[in-house]
This record gives sequence, C-alpha cells and structure tokens, in this order.
Amino acid sequence: MPSPGYRREMPQRYRLEAAKCRKCGSVFFPPRLICASCGAKEFDKEVLPENGKIVTYTTIRVAPTQFETQVPYNIAIIDIEGKVKLTAQVVDCRPEDLEIGKPVRLVFRKLSTEGHTGIICYGYKAVLV
Amino acid sequence: MKEVAIIGYGMTQFGELWKQSLRDIFVEAGLKAINDAGIEKIDSLIVGTMTPGLFVGQEHIGALMADYLGAGPIPAVRVESACCSGGMALRQGFFEIACGAADYVLVGGVEKMNDGADVTYALATASDQDYEAYHGITFPGLYAMIARAHMHKYGTSRKQLAAVAVKNHRNGALNPHGQFPHEVTIEQVMNATLVADPLTVLDSSPVSDGAACVVLTTVEQAKKTGKPYVKIIGSGAATDTLALHQRVDVTTLNAVKVSGKKAYEMAGVKPSDIQLAEVHDCFTIAEICIIEELGFVDKGQGGPFTEQGHTALEGKIPVNTSGGLKSKGHPVGATGIAQVVEICEQLHGKAGKRQIKDAKIGLTQNMGGTGASSVVHIFAEQK
Repeated sequence: MPSPGYRREMPQRYRLEAAKCRKCGSVFFPPRLICASCGAKEFDKEVLPENGKIVTYTTIRVAPTQFETQVPYNIAIIDIEGKVKLTAQVVDCRPEDLEIGKPVRLVFRKLSTEGHTGIICYGYKAVLV
Repeated sequence: MKEVAIIGYGMTQFGELWKQSLRDIFVEAGLKAINDAGIEKIDSLIVGTMTPGLFVGQEHIGALMADYLGAGPIPAVRVESACCSGGMALRQGFFEIACGAADYVLVGGVEKMNDGADVTYALATASDQDYEAYHGITFPGLYAMIARAHMHKYGTSRKQLAAVAVKNHRNGALNPHGQFPHEVTIEQVMNATLVADPLTVLDSSPVSDGAACVVLTTVEQAKKTGKPYVKIIGSGAATDTLALHQRVDVTTLNAVKVSGKKAYEMAGVKPSDIQLAEVHDCFTIAEICIIEELGFVDKGQGGPFTEQGHTALEGKIPVNTSGGLKSKGHPVGATGIAQVVEICEQLHGKAGKRQIKDAKIGLTQNMGGTGASSVVHIFAEQK
C-alpha cells in the first residue's frame, strides 16, 4: 500500500466523509463518481454518524502477515444508521461479546503499519456501546 | 454464431507440487488436452490465472505459456477475475470459436500457490483492498460473515455447513486427481481448528498448485472427428459489488443468480434439467448459497437440503462429484477449468466410481471474491 494512496483515503479513514447523491439522496462510502442507485453524477459531502449496529461478524484467527501480531481479532459489517454499511474491526471486547444487531460506535484508532519504514496507518474501528 | 464443442481435456494432479514450476504444470495439462483432442496445432491460447505475480513473481502469462507449449507465434492472453479466472477464460474461448476467429482454442487455468508467497494476503487482494483488506479481513473471514448471517436469517446450522465438507470429501475420495482424497466426519469438521469463526480449516478449500486445460472447436469440426464430444449450450456471467458490505443482503449472491439465469436462458433448460453440477465451494457456506442461487433449492434451504443428502452422488442433484474445491483442491485460476474437466469425464461416462448414471446435462459455476464475479456454463453430451 503506497503512501500516496494512504493520504488520498484520509478524508474517509479519518473523518468518515461520504457522498450524498443530489438527485436521489443515496449515500456512498467511499464516495463514487456515479450514483449506483440513479446514475446521477453530482454529490454533496456528508459526514457519517459514528453510531451503527452489527450486521454480521467473525473473529480472524489466521491473518495476513501485516495483521499477524493482532490475532485473534474481531471484524464486523456495520450498518451506519441505515445510510451505508462498512467493514471494521470491533475492539475492546471478547469474541463472545459480539451479537448480530448489537449497537456499536466508530472510534479513531491505529490499524496497522505499512511498508519497510513502518508508517502508522490510522482509521476507524468499532467499540460496543 | 457457431456452436462450440469441447474435444479434449486434461489436468494435473492437484496438491503441493514442489517439483514442478508454474510453466511445467500448465504445459502438462495443455499437452494432455491437445493429445486428447488429437489435433496438431492450436490457433489461440487463453489462460485463466488469478495472481501469478504475487504467488511466484511472474506476469505476462499468455506469452510464456504459448512459448513453453511450443505453439508458435499464436495469439495468447491471460484472463483474470480472481478465483473465476478459469471460468471467465472458458467464456472468452467460447466467444473466439463462436465468432469464427479461431478453429482450435486451448483454454487453460493455472495457479502455483505453494511457492512461499503470503497466500492469505494474495487472496485478500480479490476483496476491496482499501475498504475491506485494509481492516484485516481475509477470505475465510468474509465467508464466515456470510455464514453467520445465513445462520441468523435462515437457521442454517453449524452441522449443515459441515455436511457440505463431508459430502465433498466422500466424492473426492474417489477422484485420483484430488489433493485430499479422503473422507472426513461431521465431528472432525466441526472440531477442527477455527480459521475465522464459525468456519474451521475443514470448512475451507486448501492452498493448491495445479492446472487444467480444454480444447475448444466448432461443433462442425467436432462432428468430423467421429468421437463423442461435449457441447457448450449455455454461458452466463455477471458481477456484483466488490465489497461484501455494500450488498443489500450479505446472504444473497446476486452475480451467481444472474449468471445462472443467463446460462439457463441461452441453453433453454431449467434448474430441474441439470443432472450434475460443479460449483465453487471455496468454503462450505459458499456451496449452500450457490445451490440456492442456481435454483436447485429455495433460498435459505440449502443447509437442510445438503444435510438430507439431496446433493450427494445418489441424490436429486449431485453437486461437486469431483470432491469440489474442498477435497480436490483449489489452485484458484485452475479451478474453473478443472470443474469443466469433471463434467466432461461425467458426460463421457469416464468418472469411475463417482459416475452419475446416464448423465447428459451438466453445469459449472465458478466465482471470484465473495461472488463479485460469477460465471456459469451448461454442457450437453453429444455422440
């Protein structure tokens, strides 16, 4: 993952910036150039709320090298107030604490490090509320 | 459009092939298919492979394989659609023959996964790199989330997931090409090491090396050989969101459903006409979702249907008679073509102890990622 790419994604990873279609109101995270619902091409920036609920989840026990030191870790698909869904780790809890439908809140955390220089990659994770 | 036939097929052993390179295994499968077809030359080569660049550091696969096949200056290209690279390659070969661009096309699939690469990372590149893999998700993890949602929504049980692996290993134990040709029990699957909860290592297809090839030509040419051949009567492909989380319902594999519908329409057949199917059981839950989307059973009922034995060799619709990805092995790019090899063996009555009696119509379904791409082909035996 090259650093220019990391910088480019900062508005989403740091600030949860999504795009709302001016024509039909659908929200996309990450932003798209073409609305997947109506095909329109004009959007307004919309910052996502931090609250959501678990749609489904798992606990990763065999990880890619970059995440090996973190196993076991929980990951869930989270529904953000019916606007969008996203994938994030669920932290500060045990695997058995997770349940479909449980409310969570997105928080700003370290996710991993990138490349030989070990640049710290930040982003959103979820905690149970 | 010309009608398309398969007149030759061949595959390598699937497994950990330490003594053979990427090019060695492809050439082995290619020569088997060419010899089986009994032809002197091929006009074009299409190779399905997911990520030889990450697995062994080699790209430019079309030219490499044409060179090592000694096929001369023929056009050769690599097709990529993650784990359905092989199936998509077949579809491209189908079109080359159908439109008259070539008389004989060799279509193959190949992957060399056991040469020391970070396989979990390489496979995860088929997910959304920026919004799924960035958070540490893996393919077992994505399918585990599909499984959890399916269990929650439809009441699918842990035991029903295991029944898929048990059935496929029972079939695979009869397949001489397979990587793990031995039976497993429900208890062994359920109590195996967890990879991503609730899926264990025995819910997962293995990491494999292997290659498979078929020779395509026109039905007109195939008839001249005087030998039985397999006609491709339907081909359908479709896509879905790359990221699993962007789907309305994570238990619905819409690309599988749409690709199946297109193939059924082209072939003029219904799900109930299919006598056997090779489907993409990369994880046990995948087979359950796929048999639902292909219309072999109602949505949500794939678990009980499997547990009741309806997809076994002696069942209503035998699924993965080869042992599937689970037992036979899953060299990702080769899988889509190896599925076709199994259907050819079955339709020609050469499947030995796993033979389905009087099999006339078979189907293959191959998919990439969490079903972000899917391709379905339907085949009929012609004498």
